[in-house]
Amino acid sequence: MRRCKKCGAPAVIYMRQHRLGLCKAHYLEWFVEQTERSIRRYRMFTREEKILVAVSGGKDSLAVWDVLWRLGYAADGLYIALGIDGGIGYSAESQRLSEQFAAERGLTLHIVDIPGEYGLGVPELARRSRRGKGKPCSVCGLVKRHEMNRIAHDMGYDVLVTGHNLDDEVAVLFGNVLQWQMGYIVRQGPVLPAEPGFARKAKPLVRFYERETAAYALLRGIEYIYDECPFAQGAKSIYYKELLNRLEEARPGAKLQFYINFLKAKEEGWFRDPRAADGPVRVVLHRCESCGQPTTAPGKCAFCRLMEQVGARPSAASTA
Amino acid sequence: MPEDKQAKTATLLLRGQRYTVPAGLRIREAIRHIGLTPESYLAVRDGELVPDDERLKAGEVIRLIAVISGG
Repeated sequence: MRRCKKCGAPAVIYMRQHRLGLCKAHYLEWFVEQTERSIRRYRMFTREEKILVAVSGGKDSLAVWDVLWRLGYAADGLYIALGIDGGIGYSAESQRLSEQFAAERGLTLHIVDIPGEYGLGVPELARRSRRGKGKPCSVCGLVKRHEMNRIAHDMGYDVLVTGHNLDDEVAVLFGNVLQWQMGYIVRQGPVLPAEPGFARKAKPLVRFYERETAAYALLRGIEYIYDECPFAQGAKSIYYKELLNRLEEARPGAKLQFYINFLKAKEEGWFRDPRAADGPVRVVLHRCESCGQPTTAPGKCAFCRLMEQVGARPSAASTA
Repeated sequence: MPEDKQAKTATLLLRGQRYTVPAGLRIREAIRHIGLTPESYLAVRDGELVPDDERLKAGEVIRLIAVISGG
């Protein structure tokens, strides 16, 4: 039987990349300590700052909110109701679990209801738009990014926290490397600094494997949505994760090394725009003429163009 | 299932599906045995999380929890 490295009690988890087995009590302690280390290592935020956690009702976002709460950070939640049913009441159940989590801890949860505010949910937006043809995840990502940034900005939050774990990051990096998408590669990291109109973004769980965030949620008794989003079936990110897990199976630590060495190379200056003399690639941002959010091209941002194209109600959204 | 056969097997339970695997295998070997990648699952025995290098006892049921999410 595998024993806890700290106390010798039966282990509940063994992390092959760290050669570390821990019992329930020491795993929960270790997870919180490691999160705090990442927050400091990457200078994500301080206890004096106002934090907004993007909550989906899934294991990662609820786990990160739980850890920040236990560590005493001032963190509110934001749930974006996307109007996805998929025959399983997906959005309704995710919202219920997010509300339950917040209520149990006395935390503040803001809710943005996309169908209520814009007249259409994500499935319908995807069906009606060119961008969403056959890829609702693209529309969903666009809507979430826009709304998260809007709320963080309008409500004066210093930083927007997401529950991205190492597997999420590695899958994105892997996909971008396959295509050599340098513009995306240079911007990837545990923290995206604030820019005019954009809140700082931080990913405190960035050094945990996905199975470790799931283990944390289970051991803490956090009720999260176990069903996958009905639209995520066949998603490229899930395919990459499976592929990378097969690599990890044969070579424990491969995912961690891939990501950590990428960050190291980035820090050492290997990812710089050859056109820029003194820094990483920078994108020139414009102000969207409709909603005011930053956008890479003059005129309207992608979100407002989408809403216009599908005939959705213009942006007059509010939060609960 | 006959008693002598059951004595040599264990069950993996995943999303309502039952998979019969040889007892004595390590959990991660059993997950591989049914064609899945162990790294993508957690194992729960009697409601408690267990490391996947533990050996399966005859007749026991291990619930697998898929950990991959995304889209």
